[in-house]
Amino acid sequence: MNARLLPLAGFLLIAALLGFGIWWSSSHDPRAVPSPLIDKPAPTFALPLLADPDKTLGSADLAGQPYLLNVFASWCFACRDEHPILMREGKRLGIKLVGFNYKDEPDDAQRWLAQYGDPYDVVIADHPGKVAIDFGVTGAPETFLVDGSGVIRYKYISPITPEVIDKELLPRIAAMKGAAR
Amino acid sequence: MLPELGQFALILALLLSVVQCVLPLIGAQSGNRALIALARPAVAGQAVFVIAAFAILTYAFLSQDFSVAYVAQNSNSLLPWFYRFSAVWGAHEGSLLLWILILAIWSVAVAAFSRALPDDFMARVLGVLGFISFGFLLFTLLTSNPFARALPVPADGIDLNPVLQDPGLIMHPPMLYTGYVGFSVAFAFAIAALLGGQLDVRWVRWSRPWTNVAWAFLTLGIALGSWWAYYTLGWGGWWFWDPVENASFMPWLVGTALIHSQAVTEKRGSFRAWTLLLAIFAFSLSLLGTFLVRSGVLTSVHSFAADPKRGIFILAFLAAVVGGSLLIYALRAPKVAGGEPFAAVSRETVLLVNNLMFACAAAMVLLGTLYPLLGEALNLGRISVGPPYFGFMFVLLMLPVVLLLPFGPFLKWRGADLRAAARALLPALAVAVLAAALAWLLVGNLPWKALAGTAASLWVGLGIALYALSRWRHAPPGRRFTPEMLGMICAHFGVALFLAGVLIVEATSIEKDVRLAPDQSVAIGALAFRFDGVHDAQGPNYQAQQGVISVLEGDRTIAVLHPQKRQYTRNAQIQTEAALQPGLFRDLYVALGEPVGDDGAWAVRIYVKPFVRWIWLGALLMMFGGFVAAADKRFRTLPARAASTATPSPPNPPLEGDGLKGAQA
Repeated sequence: MNARLLPLAGFLLIAALLGFGIWWSSSHDPRAVPSPLIDKPAPTFALPLLADPDKTLGSADLAGQPYLLNVFASWCFACRDEHPILMREGKRLGIKLVGFNYKDEPDDAQRWLAQYGDPYDVVIADHPGKVAIDFGVTGAPETFLVDGSGVIRYKYISPITPEVIDKELLPRIAAMKGAAR
Repeated sequence: MLPELGQFALILALLLSVVQCVLPLIGAQSGNRALIALARPAVAGQAVFVIAAFAILTYAFLSQDFSVAYVAQNSNSLLPWFYRFSAVWGAHEGSLLLWILILAIWSVAVAAFSRALPDDFMARVLGVLGFISFGFLLFTLLTSNPFARALPVPADGIDLNPVLQDPGLIMHPPMLYTGYVGFSVAFAFAIAALLGGQLDVRWVRWSRPWTNVAWAFLTLGIALGSWWAYYTLGWGGWWFWDPVENASFMPWLVGTALIHSQAVTEKRGSFRAWTLLLAIFAFSLSLLGTFLVRSGVLTSVHSFAADPKRGIFILAFLAAVVGGSLLIYALRAPKVAGGEPFAAVSRETVLLVNNLMFACAAAMVLLGTLYPLLGEALNLGRISVGPPYFGFMFVLLMLPVVLLLPFGPFLKWRGADLRAAARALLPALAVAVLAAALAWLLVGNLPWKALAGTAASLWVGLGIALYALSRWRHAPPGRRFTPEMLGMICAHFGVALFLAGVLIVEATSIEKDVRLAPDQSVAIGALAFRFDGVHDAQGPNYQAQQGVISVLEGDRTIAVLHPQKRQYTRNAQIQTEAALQPGLFRDLYVALGEPVGDDGAWAVRIYVKPFVRWIWLGALLMMFGGFVAAADKRFRTLPARAASTATPSPPNPPLEGDGLKGAQA
């Protein structure tokens, strides 16, 4: 073999290794912390409504219908990225969209929703963040899909994208509705 | 409107880069003078649009245009103006634009200062630079547009990462990138020579100052990064063998080999294939560094947000540039190889050892950096090798370099008298050994590293001083110290200072983590550190708790230090600001940890670091040497010679007399 081809061969090996690295890091999301709650019943909770703190909404009220729980906060910049997508595409899901206002000042949260729009069917406020611990929330935004029997079917960390809606959420929602029928 | 114009300017620059790449290369291959003549205007035009784009992004930052997503993510209405300026390159998109800007400036400089070189050769050089520029512009436009809008427009930005809000970091990336990009010139020369099928020694001479300047900038960039890490990260370390540091260190190592190998090729005509290969490697490793930092393949304290799309693009570009150039090398190198024979004891031999050791060191760092990936690929799990591997291997590889360094200048080209050189260097060896022995006797019980540092530093420093002295005695006046030689002496002195700094600081620095209540003090050696409590301080975009620590020597207060723990208002990030009192022979360094207990006590980290400044002082001298050597007029003097290859220039070409013929600088 021509010795002058050796550098090229060496580089090709390194390039293959780097290609492997890209493949590996894209198929192993470092953010993908598998939630132990998947396919387990959602924690029971009862939280005040953001709009009317005297009223509460709990897991019992939501039972029977699938819903999407979206963790957000006015202090969370990534939520601002996610927000227009929920505004635009939230209705496409065809299920109840529950806003979970996480460790937020109620006034700030109300102002935020007034400014950017309110995509949610109902918003509950977890100011102390205790229910969030039961759900295993690591930060905002995070999204949980809960089915009609109150079981968590899917969890997504970081802003929802149209792709996630199409590829992950809609098929699961369709399956739930099929099963219910 | 302006940001869209910025994006438009980038698109125009992309189109011009295609012109700059394709047409001159075709022209040079077919001998079409009109196409060859297009190279320089295309370079200038591209630079205009790149500068415009960069200026528009800078303006967006200075005018706080948060409708631009990149500005919103990396700036804030409270951010002081100078950080708003440096925030332009504070994250991935903008730093890429900075890369492109620097490449455009280098290309203009190459186009302007190369009129003495043959037009078809320069057309190839500029064509290769155009290809690199094309790749980066396309990358920016496809995956990392800095001008993308944020909708809805946020009322305020998130703020620049507090770690980057620091004067040292304003200059670090531009210097580093200038170094990286500078190697593209040597690279383009190598590819142009391979494409043209001939390596004219005059071209090597012409490209030497460019390599030296690039190397000097890279040295400065790395030194600034190391200095910044030392005082901001709050760990008191100066080098961590972190993947991103390694990414900048590998091109530096190969670049160091390259400047030595270029000297051999220019003066003796030897090492041609080696010089070409090193030129390709130096720039390839610069690109690889870009890949590692931005692809998210390796995790590091300063990697950018990962995006697999970006990784795939850079990998494809890397494959095109590096794979393509190595293929050209494999096909064409036999045509340009050749050189003069030399004896086993000669300057060529020691420079070959230098080349081999530096190339091996770069390969060693590359292996260590990619090791976690390799482990993953071979299913061994993601293992990092870490500082013990790097530290051990690096010392091992640099040992011969340090031992042989003083011999280099004393040995003559082709063949030399080893005994004469050894005789000349004997005083340096004697002083080095005596000093180490004396230090051991006086201080007693010093770690071996401190002794080795003292001895190695004196060996190198005195060896170079002896050479300067013999030059002064034996060379005719006026030719004693050419800038090239002064630069060499200066840089090698830098090595001596660096060695002293590294080994002494590694061996003798004191680090203490203590719990201190107000008015309590702790003694370190002859010094007492007294904690005078913590009070609040207010910055432009942060609130801080500021500690007061008095350092006493006997009854005399020699320093009052104010370390801070800052909370940035906007993104609630916490940043530790260490306080230090620098000194030529020792740094005092204090960082605040956490409050402990109810009595106002804090965990405080105290370091005493002897000779730590010498590390950066040495690096600065190396950088300075690089610039001084590059300023030698000889490089800009191109003897008009018809013969295109083979004949090397005389070993010591006359400096005076031939004036500025052909010089454009």
